Amino acid sequence: MRRFLDVAYGIAYRSTKKVATNPQLLLPSLIFPLFFFVAFAGGLSSVGDVPGFDFPSGYTAFQFVFVLLQASAFGGVFTGFGIASDFENGFSRRLMLAAPNRLGILAGYTLGATIRAAVVGVLLFVVALASGMQIDGNGVDLFGLVVLALLVNFTAAMWSAGVAMRIRSIQAGPAMQLPVFLILFLAPVYVPLDLLAGWIEAVAHLNPITPLIEGGRDLISGGDFQPLLVFGVAIGLGALFLAWAVRGVASAERAGG
Amino acid sequence: MSLAASAGIEVEGLVREFKNGPRAVDGIHLRVAPGEIYGFLGPNGAGKSTTVLMLTTLLPPTDGTARVAGHDIRREGAAVRAAIGAALQEAALDPLLTGQDHMRLQTTLQGIPKGERRARGDELLERVGLMDAADRKVGGYSGGMKRRLDLALALVHRPRVLFLDEPTTGLDPSSRADLWDEVARLAREDGTTVFLTTQYLEEADVLADRVGIIDKGGIVAEGTPEALKAEIGRPSVEATPADRADRDAVAGVLSRFGSAVPAPPGAAAVRLESGENLAEVVRALDAADLAVADLQLHQPSLDDVFLAKTGRKLDPPASEEPAAV
Amino acid sequence: MNELALQTYEMARRSVVKVLRQPALVIPPILFPLIMMGINVSGLDAATEIPGFPTDSYLDFAIAFPMIQGALFASINAGSSVARDVETGFLNRLALTPMQRAAMLLGLFTGEMLIAFVSTLIYLAVGFAAGLHFASGFAGVLVLLALSLLIALAFAGLGAFIGLRTGSPEAVQGVFPLLFVFLFLSSGSLPRDLIEHDWFRIVATWNPVSYLFEGLRSLIIFGWQARELALGFGFAAAIAVLGVFGATTALRTRVAVR
Repeated sequence: MRRFLDVAYGIAYRSTKKVATNPQLLLPSLIFPLFFFVAFAGGLSSVGDVPGFDFPSGYTAFQFVFVLLQASAFGGVFTGFGIASDFENGFSRRLMLAAPNRLGILAGYTLGATIRAAVVGVLLFVVALASGMQIDGNGVDLFGLVVLALLVNFTAAMWSAGVAMRIRSIQAGPAMQLPVFLILFLAPVYVPLDLLAGWIEAVAHLNPITPLIEGGRDLISGGDFQPLLVFGVAIGLGALFLAWAVRGVASAERAGG
Repeated sequence: MSLAASAGIEVEGLVREFKNGPRAVDGIHLRVAPGEIYGFLGPNGAGKSTTVLMLTTLLPPTDGTARVAGHDIRREGAAVRAAIGAALQEAALDPLLTGQDHMRLQTTLQGIPKGERRARGDELLERVGLMDAADRKVGGYSGGMKRRLDLALALVHRPRVLFLDEPTTGLDPSSRADLWDEVARLAREDGTTVFLTTQYLEEADVLADRVGIIDKGGIVAEGTPEALKAEIGRPSVEATPADRADRDAVAGVLSRFGSAVPAPPGAAAVRLESGENLAEVVRALDAADLAVADLQLHQPSLDDVFLAKTGRKLDPPASEEPAAV
Repeated sequence: MNELALQTYEMARRSVVKVLRQPALVIPPILFPLIMMGINVSGLDAATEIPGFPTDSYLDFAIAFPMIQGALFASINAGSSVARDVETGFLNRLALTPMQRAAMLLGLFTGEMLIAFVSTLIYLAVGFAAGLHFASGFAGVLVLLALSLLIALAFAGLGAFIGLRTGSPEAVQGVFPLLFVFLFLSSGSLPRDLIEHDWFRIVATWNPVSYLFEGLRSLIIFGWQARELALGFGFAAAIAVLGVFGATTALRTRVAVR
C-alpha cells in the first residue's frame, strides 16, 4: 500500500511540477473553456431574453456552469493525451518498470488531473466573478458544484486514460476528444432543456450529461436541486469509466508498455 | 537461495510471437552468472529488444519462461522489477523536467524512504557527472547526458541485475567510452549483473565477459569474445601496394598464403593458412620486388564470427561512423 | 504560360491527392463544422425568438458558419502542409527543378480552393436537404460559391504565409486557437445588432470575419444587398491579397536563402 501511494504521489508530483514550471501546458485546457465562456456568455446573452427562458441568475451564470463542466472534462481528456504520449516516447516503460502495482500509475495520473482541473476551475471562477457573474446558491450549493466538476473531470480522465492505455499513441487524441466534445454539446448548452427543439431535444433527454449540467445550474442559482439523481449519475459514470481504465492498464501490460 | 539464483538470469525456451508476424524471439536459452556482463549482439530486428522487454516483465512471453534474480518473470513480476534496473532504448525522459525532477520521481517510484531520496539522487547524479546539469531541463541535454541520466535512474534502488538496451546507439565515440567505463565499473565494483544488447561489435568485444549472437530470433553463437574468435581461427593479412598498378601482383603473391577475403579498393587480403606468419609474407613480397605502402595483420573480429554463423555481415547502422574516405 | 499551367496543375493535383490519401485530414474539416452546425441549429433554434432576429429558421442563419469554419480549418492544413515541405526539404527539391516559383503557390491555392468548393457544395446540399431557404435564388448560389472560393483563397494564403514564414507545422497548429477567436468573436452566432454586451459588439464590428459571415448570409436570408456583398467581397479580397502577397514574399525569401 505504501508503494502504491509512493507511485501515485511520484507521478502526480511529476505532472504538477511540469505544469508549475511550464505554465503554457495549462493553456490548451484553459484557453478553450475561457474562450467558450467569452463567446457564449458574452456573445449569446440575448438568448437569455427568449420567451420562456427563466433562469434566475442570468445568462452568464447559466453558461458558466456549462463551461466549468466542459473545462473539467477537457482537463481530464488532456490527461489521456499525456498518458498516450508517455506510451509513445517510452516514458511509461520507466513507470511500468518501477511500479510494483501498475494501478498506482493510474492513480497518479488521476491525481495529477485533479490538481490541474482544480487550478483551471479556480481561474474560471475568478474570470467569471470578475465579469460580474451572479451567484444565488449558498456555500453548500457551490461546494456541490465543485464536487460535480471534479467528478466530471475524474470520469473524463478515466475515459481518456482507458483509450490511451489501449491505443498507446497520440494518434488516439481525436478518439478521446471527439466523443467527449459531442456528448457535451448534445446537451442543453445554450438554453434549458425545455426550450430545446428538434432532434437535439430527444438526444439531450437521453444524454447522461444533461442531468449534470442542469443540476449544476440548479446549484449555482440555488434552485431545486436533486442530489440523488445528479450525484447518482455522476458517480455511476465515474465508476463505469474507472472499470474501463483499470482494464486498460491490464491491456497495456499485455501489450508490453 | 544460492547467490547464482539471486542475481543471475536463466532463460528457458523463451518465445514471443506478434500478431500476424514472425516469431520475434524463437525459443532462446541462455544463462548469465551473477556479476557477469553479458553482451547480446545482433542486427536491428534480430529480437534483442523483445528479449529485454520480456526479461524486464514489460512484455509477457508467448511461451517459455525465465528467472531473473531468482524470480519467475511470468509469475513474480513485481519481485523481478524490484530486483532489476533497466535503461531501455531511446532514453525515455521527459524533456520538460530537470535531471533532479527525474531523480525525485524515480526514487519515489522505487520506494526509497523519503529522507534518503535526495541524498541517493545526488549521489548518482554526481557519479554520472550530471550534478552541474541537475537543475536544467532534460530537453537541453546532449545525447550522452541523456544516456547517463537514464543509467543513473536505473540504479536508484541498487538493482542486482541491470538491463541496458543499446545504451550507446547514436552516441559519439567519447560519450560511448565514458558509458563503457561506467558500466564496467558497476560490474567490477558493485557486482551488478549486466545484460546488454548492442549492434556494435566493438562494444560487445570491449565490455562483455560473454557474448550471445542473436539473429532472426535465435541464438547462433555464444561464448567469450576470445573463444568465439578463436573458433573462427586464423588472422588475415591485408597489403596495400605503393603503386596501385601492382595490386594484382600483390594479390597473386598473397594467394600463396591463403584464400582471398574482401579488402578495400587498391588493397588485397587473404585469410592465412595455419602456420604462416607475417614475416614470411613480407619476405615473399620482397622477393617479388613489390613495394608495399601498408601491411596489416587482422585478428578475427566478432564480425567475422557473425559472418561465419549467419553468412551475412553485421552492418553497422547507417547513422554510425561515416564511411572512411 | 502553358508550362506554368501544367506545373500548377501538377502542384494542385499533389495537394488534392495528399489530402485525399489522409482521410484524417479531409474528414474533420468537413464533418466537424457540419456537426457543429447541426448542434447549433437545434440548440440555438430558440434564438430565432429573440425580438428582431432576421429569420425564423436558425438554419438559414447558421449555414454560413461551417463554410467559414471549413475554410479556416483548411488554411491550417495548407499551412502545415507547406511548412512540412520546408521541414522535409521537399521545397528545396522543388526549387532546384526548373519549376516556376508561381506554380508552387498557385498549385497549392488551386488545390485548397477545390477542396473548399467541394465542402461548400456538401454544406449546401445538407442545408437544402434540411430545408434551407435561399432568398437570392440560383444566381445567388453561384455568387455564394464565388465568395466562398475567395474566402478559401484568403485563408489558404494566410496559412501558406505562416507555414512558409515559420517553416514549422507546430507553429501553424499554434495559430489554431487564434482562428477560434476570430471565428467566435464575430457576428457568426448572432446578428451584430442583437449582441447585448457592448464590448462584444465592438469586437465583432472590428473583426473582418463578421463581414464575411454577413456577406454570405445576405444572399441566403435577404436576397441581393449591395452593401453586405461589397463588404464581404471586399474584406475577402483584401485578406486574399495580403495572404498571397505574404506567401509569395515568404517563398521568395525561403528559396533564395537556402
